[in-house]
Amino acid sequence: MRETLGLTGPKKGCDLGQCGACTVLVDGRRITSCLTFALMHGGREVTTIEGLGGDPEGDLHPVQQAFVDHDAFQCGFCTPGQIMSAVALLAEGHAGDDDEIREWMSGNLCRCAAYPNIVAAITAAAGR
Amino acid sequence: MEFLRPATWEEALAVKAQHPSAVPIAGGTDVMVDLNFDRHRPDALLDLNRIHELHTWQIADDDTVRLGASVPYSKIIDALPDRLPGLALGARTVGSPQIRNRGSVGGNLGGASPAGDAHPPLLASGATVEAASVRGTRLIPIDDFYLGVKRNALEPDELIRAIHIPSATGPQQFAKVGTRNAMVIAVCSFAVALHPRARDVRTGIGSAAPTPRRASEAEAFIRAELDDTGLWTSAGELPLSTAKRFGELVARAAAPIDDVRGSAAYRRHALAVMARRTLLWTWNDHRATGRAAA
Repeated sequence: MRETLGLTGPKKGCDLGQCGACTVLVDGRRITSCLTFALMHGGREVTTIEGLGGDPEGDLHPVQQAFVDHDAFQCGFCTPGQIMSAVALLAEGHAGDDDEIREWMSGNLCRCAAYPNIVAAITAAAGR
Repeated sequence: MEFLRPATWEEALAVKAQHPSAVPIAGGTDVMVDLNFDRHRPDALLDLNRIHELHTWQIADDDTVRLGASVPYSKIIDALPDRLPGLALGARTVGSPQIRNRGSVGGNLGGASPAGDAHPPLLASGATVEAASVRGTRLIPIDDFYLGVKRNALEPDELIRAIHIPSATGPQQFAKVGTRNAMVIAVCSFAVALHPRARDVRTGIGSAAPTPRRASEAEAFIRAELDDTGLWTSAGELPLSTAKRFGELVARAAAPIDDVRGSAAYRRHALAVMARRTLLWTWNDHRATGRAAA
């Protein structure tokens, strides 16, 4: 994905599935891309952060915009994975309250610890 | 490294017979870690992702769930929490949402790590592993499945097709100790299942012996205790002293080691606490259900 297709949004983080920086959607479900071969997903739709907003020149995806609005990152390395996970979390209906958001974002680490703002961004994107 | 991609289950069995050293890969959450870190480079990987039936489950006439080997944990949590409450509770503690979308019980069994979260509930439920090869299909009782650290009873040409798990007839519980709530390998874990119709109690211990195992002495103790005191019939309160004794016997059934995740002494202590608590939770649930039905 990163080397052949040049899609460098998904980050190479821990290679263990622990950090979530490589999170992508496969047929709408979030997975850690470091623990899978592209070959294992023939015929399925893979969405990376690059494909989230649709038109690259157009508006940001609402979750991307919420992360900007709430300053939900510092260094930004984990952000593509956080946003992909947040998009899936919203689709799954797991944004009921802050605790539920924290629980369902537990597969994405942020070593800058921007967690409070990440939760705020997801809350805003959920329309609460 | 060869990458074998059978399109059907029959083809997968034929390929496994031809390449017995091929490592099956489904969700990849276990196998890929070894590959990424070059710990293990098999001659061949056998990709099971094209085989649709591994992602499905059926309910038999006797209410046994035949769970396809690749059904991800997230599906078990969403679709089977009533039939398989112990396994669903264990599944909720697996990795993270991303991991639970890929990881499966078949992978836990194939890897046979003593720390796998599915093992204790499978032991407590009395599950059976459906193993298949070109030679035929056999059903391996879960008690006979785990042979050693990361070793199981599969022959080199066999693949796990499904896991047969009786639907719960009573309350089940699962408890796990780790350093945080998510993304954690069990320091130790424990499952208990009440089987009121059979007047039986079964257990499963995880991550506290070379293999997942049952606490047979503890089971025999609580079975006798519930019979002798007539508690199955009266649905009375379970004395705390009985639950404590049960916990001690569970701890005694373990054979833990000191390692980076915890000491043997801590694991024994934690098991005694988890066993005592989960037994009381399940018994109190059982009493509440009985009262509601009465």
